[in-house]
Amino acid sequence: MLNFLIRRVSFMVISMIAISILSFVLIELPPGSAIEVKLQQLRQQGGDMTAEQVRGLEERYGIHDPIQVKYWKWISRAVKGDFGQSFQLDRPVKSLIWARLGFSVLLSSFALVFSWGLSIPLGVYSATHRYTLPDYVIQVLQFVGVAIPQFLLALLLLVLASRAFNQEVGTLFSQQFKNAPWSLPRLLDFLRHVWIPVVVLAVGGTAGLTRIMRANLLDVLGQQYVQTARSKGVAEHIVIWKHAVRNALHPLIMALGTTLPLLISGEVIISIVLNLPTTGPMYLQALLNKDMYLAVAFLLMLSLMLLIGNLLADILLAWVDPRVRLE
Amino acid sequence: MATVSTGLPLGGVAVQKEESAADQVSQWTLMRWRFMQNRLSVGALVVLILMYLTAAVAPFLSPNDYNELDTDHAFAAPTRIKLVHGWPSVCPLTQTLDPDHFKWVYEADCERAVPIRLFVHGAKHRLLGLIPTDVHLFGVVDVPPPAEAAPSASKTAAKDSVASLLAGLGGQNVAGAASAQAETKAEKPPRLFFFGADQQGRDLFSRVLEGSRVSLTIGIVGVIFSLIIGSLLGAFSGYMGGVVDNAIQRTIEIIRAVPTLPLWAAFAAALPRTTTVTQRYLLITIVLSLVGWTGLARELRGKVLAYRALDYIAAARLAGSSHLRIVLSHMLPNAASHIIVIATLAVPYSILGETSLSFLGLGMLPPAVSWGVLLRDTQQIQSVLIHPWMLLPAVPVILAVACFFLLGDGLRDAIDPYS
Repeated sequence: MLNFLIRRVSFMVISMIAISILSFVLIELPPGSAIEVKLQQLRQQGGDMTAEQVRGLEERYGIHDPIQVKYWKWISRAVKGDFGQSFQLDRPVKSLIWARLGFSVLLSSFALVFSWGLSIPLGVYSATHRYTLPDYVIQVLQFVGVAIPQFLLALLLLVLASRAFNQEVGTLFSQQFKNAPWSLPRLLDFLRHVWIPVVVLAVGGTAGLTRIMRANLLDVLGQQYVQTARSKGVAEHIVIWKHAVRNALHPLIMALGTTLPLLISGEVIISIVLNLPTTGPMYLQALLNKDMYLAVAFLLMLSLMLLIGNLLADILLAWVDPRVRLE
Repeated sequence: MATVSTGLPLGGVAVQKEESAADQVSQWTLMRWRFMQNRLSVGALVVLILMYLTAAVAPFLSPNDYNELDTDHAFAAPTRIKLVHGWPSVCPLTQTLDPDHFKWVYEADCERAVPIRLFVHGAKHRLLGLIPTDVHLFGVVDVPPPAEAAPSASKTAAKDSVASLLAGLGGQNVAGAASAQAETKAEKPPRLFFFGADQQGRDLFSRVLEGSRVSLTIGIVGVIFSLIIGSLLGAFSGYMGGVVDNAIQRTIEIIRAVPTLPLWAAFAAALPRTTTVTQRYLLITIVLSLVGWTGLARELRGKVLAYRALDYIAAARLAGSSHLRIVLSHMLPNAASHIIVIATLAVPYSILGETSLSFLGLGMLPPAVSWGVLLRDTQQIQSVLIHPWMLLPAVPVILAVACFFLLGDGLRDAIDPYS
């Protein structure tokens, strides 16, 4: 197990380095630098920076240096948690991203739990009632669930929520709790708002996972040990839940590798639609404004989120299935 | 799979019937038979063919020019079709401003309803991009505007005051002025808006048709790019093994370790924003395929790994075939059916990718029209609440994506006719 962990973690570190290079290059690609953009804005508003200030900034961020030097200047600070300055918002990046990342992780985890809680019973029902009307309904809903773009679902729920429930949308908190410290009423208020994004996020994942669950359970139900259990006279619900479902869960854990990127991508786009205080809106703004240190920090942190998620999934799988550990 | 024979009713009869025919017809015929049994997939294929045909002759099917501005029909609701003497007709609309809610109100005058005609003359276009014509499948024949129409000068004045009103400058006297001016509004010939009109009074139905040309093809073109990169790298990765395999697989893992949409967005944001529509189209397809090839490569590698140990590859090698030849003319054709399935299942993700990016303002940009560009108008939620038809461009997105998934699913089931 220790060996397995060391292998996985070292791969993760290498991946992070590669991703940091990739994202840095990507965001460096378009011409012009963030400092120039900022300077232009300042001048339009009648302000200016002294030549020394500009030179100091250029030196700190290595504007005139070749890209590898620039990367080094950035990454050596980034590992210490200093991601540079957001030139658009005039604040250090690290003061901007953590709270938003926290909400992103929270939303994604809620959605994951929600979609697992929904897809296992649905998949089991679908598999045990194959070719019946509910099975067909579940299958058609799956296709719709996968086919509907998440931002659209967010929009539809938004319309529905404000029409039918008369709920204010596009926020995670009511006005009076927005800047309040955490307390029980604030938590309840949060839960009242968070269901829309969680439901939207969970739908895509649920559709995929239900499919996997159904297919695997069908495979397992065809195996001889299930037949043996049945012929011994074990009650059908025990055959299904104790004998079959347990063995059909592995692929669901393996599917985390594809579920997590979907969740994170989805979280980004729907929080833009719903204007939630998570990574999405700020990442998009940073990209559009060429606020590169902010954008690259987000891209990096989102990737890290995915890598950690995958690592947890691998550990979970190794824990459930000894064959993986010994591989 | 030998484990099927466990006595469970798994449709064993149908499988056996096919096996008896298996030695008489070709593999592709068997696949076709198997595919035709899946009604849902066949239906999806038919719908997709219809959608692509529609996209091909989009201007012919559009009753209006998709770019024609008409401020007299800003945010007009989907046109009600009324039967007059048993013939579907359109009633002319009169635009007035509701001074209480600052929104346009339309009043239909069905006394002067105009029938919808087939094969009417309208905006010029090229049928299938070749034949110049101005015939449209259906449309409304214009009636001459009534004589008492207000002079255009006062109309512009009304527009101006309305614009300032909507801009939030409205005082008490402005509302009164607007309602007074509403009386003098000219009556226009009726327009046919199946899906309603957008803020500038452009026909949403014609725009959805026009948008389908970009949205439906960008998926396919994107997947073709990914196919070329993915199948070559995937096949070589599996075939060569060793260092090459390791390098390609690690690259894939790293690309897949970045969440897709943020990565697409970062790529798209790096594109120059001053390109022509065609250049932008190509760049977006490249962005989509830069991430998309990894999935294809991975699955193909698995296939090739399985083939590598087979005798016919050894035979080809002994006969003096080069590695390149083995991969290109032995392995890839053998995996053709799998490649088709993987590609079909990749198209919907491309379509969703383009739609999402355009929705965010990072994909196709106006004046280009695509479903995502049209859906961008729905970002103002207040506007959607008042004009719910703005969400209609989503219908073809969902339809196309669902059909591709269903089709891919059916193909995947049909791909192994011997199972």
